[in-house]
Amino acid sequence: MGAPGRPRVISAESRPRLAEKARLRFDRKAQQYLLLFPERGLALNPTAAEILKLCTGEHTVEAIIERLLETYDTQPREAVEREVVAFLAGMAERGLVKAGR
Amino acid sequence: MSSEVRPYTLVAELTYKCPLRCVYCSNPLDYGRHADEVDTGTWLRVFQEAEDLGVVQLNLTGGEPLIRHDLEALIEEAHRLDLYTNLITGGIPLTVERLTRFRALGLDNVQLSIQDVRAGASDRIAGLRSFDRKLEVARWAKNLGFPLTINVVLHRDNLDRVADVIALAEDLSADRLELANAQYVGWALQNRAALLPTREQLERARAIAAAARARLRGTMEILFVTPDYYSEFPKACMDGWGRRFVVVSPDGLVLPCHAAHTLPGLEFESVRQRALGDIWRDSPGFNAFRGEAWMPEPCRSCDRRAIDFGGCRCQAFHLTGKAAVTDPACRLSPDHGLIEAARAQALEAAGRAMPLEYRARTVSLRG
Ligand code: SF4
Ligand code: SF4
Repeated sequence: MGAPGRPRVISAESRPRLAEKARLRFDRKAQQYLLLFPERGLALNPTAAEILKLCTGEHTVEAIIERLLETYDTQPREAVEREVVAFLAGMAERGLVKAGR
Repeated sequence: MSSEVRPYTLVAELTYKCPLRCVYCSNPLDYGRHADEVDTGTWLRVFQEAEDLGVVQLNLTGGEPLIRHDLEALIEEAHRLDLYTNLITGGIPLTVERLTRFRALGLDNVQLSIQDVRAGASDRIAGLRSFDRKLEVARWAKNLGFPLTINVVLHRDNLDRVADVIALAEDLSADRLELANAQYVGWALQNRAALLPTREQLERARAIAAAARARLRGTMEILFVTPDYYSEFPKACMDGWGRRFVVVSPDGLVLPCHAAHTLPGLEFESVRQRALGDIWRDSPGFNAFRGEAWMPEPCRSCDRRAIDFGGCRCQAFHLTGKAAVTDPACRLSPDHGLIEAARAQALEAAGRAMPLEYRARTVSLRG
């Protein structure tokens, strides 16, 4: 993940947080979370919302994976890990999540 | 009409007043006739009604929204309703104290317009000395922790400096840069001969923007909005009529786009008389171009009709005199010759200085 020259790649130790411009909001109409940012928004599936709620700058990616495993305990750990890291990398690429430390 | 149709964004045009006089302003030419502004209480009610309807984004715009003394109260209520609130401003008149208050009240994003990278050219387009102050406002915003969008309207006179525009936005640590080519409705149409670039100019700028976008990915988002005049097909104006946006004009008219009230024969209603949701759902003006029933050929049988919705109704009207025809910007439109003629004119006039008509109240009351 992360081509050379890209800013701060997400790793297991980074503590991702939402970018300044992005904000989570529950949408009553569609009963799902939205990630809002200037002029646009993303509709989030429950897992994506769960991950982004934990992007506060306090939790490491590893800790976020642990948390998800509690909810999705039927899934193999590697699959969850891969999914979380890929999702966060994609969000960072779009400037919606910052890698933190 | 599907019951799922809900607006996501409320565009609150708080006032048509503005200290600047941009030659491409998108406010209607007759803005001086809509001077009876909606009061604070009504706006607060409209925000609540919008949120009930499903709106999650709020654009506070104008004119110049800073002219409104009640902006603080409006931001506070928007924040209470958990709306993502974006202040779209030219940055004048503003103090750092007031911007600090906006931050504390929960404003989410500041979008600042800059007209050019050279003070003289910027001030010429805006019709007011304002460039240096704008840069100061941008720095205040960043220092206060606001995410910052810089918006630059592109035209013949500044397109060749897109690289400098990008450098300036980087220098200001902007989070997002909107390079928006002028759309030729409103005042920009009046000034089209002086503003429309050549295709070559546009392609060069587009390539520079694309390279910068790749280089700055994840740091600064760069948006390059092509002018319809050089696209094969029109844009989905407002994401389609009455689909995702609801605009309320300074005098309270509820509109599907900010220029819809310039279309003759359409009836639009005011938030002074009726609830926003009722107007959104069943006012005749809103339903006039919703969906596909209104479409003539070639749109009616075209595969792209669910992508661009036949383009911009205002552009269709202002170029052909008819609102319910295919946008002439589309190369399939029988009126496309109008666009080709304008392009030819731009090529022929390249490099020559042309007179500009400034946005002004006296002009707007004429005729
Ligand atoms: S485009 Fe210029 S004149 Fe029009 S509202 Fe914006 S800043 Fe004011
Ligand atoms: S014909 Fe109509 S629907 Fe088809 S591309 Fe042109 S404007 Fe869009």
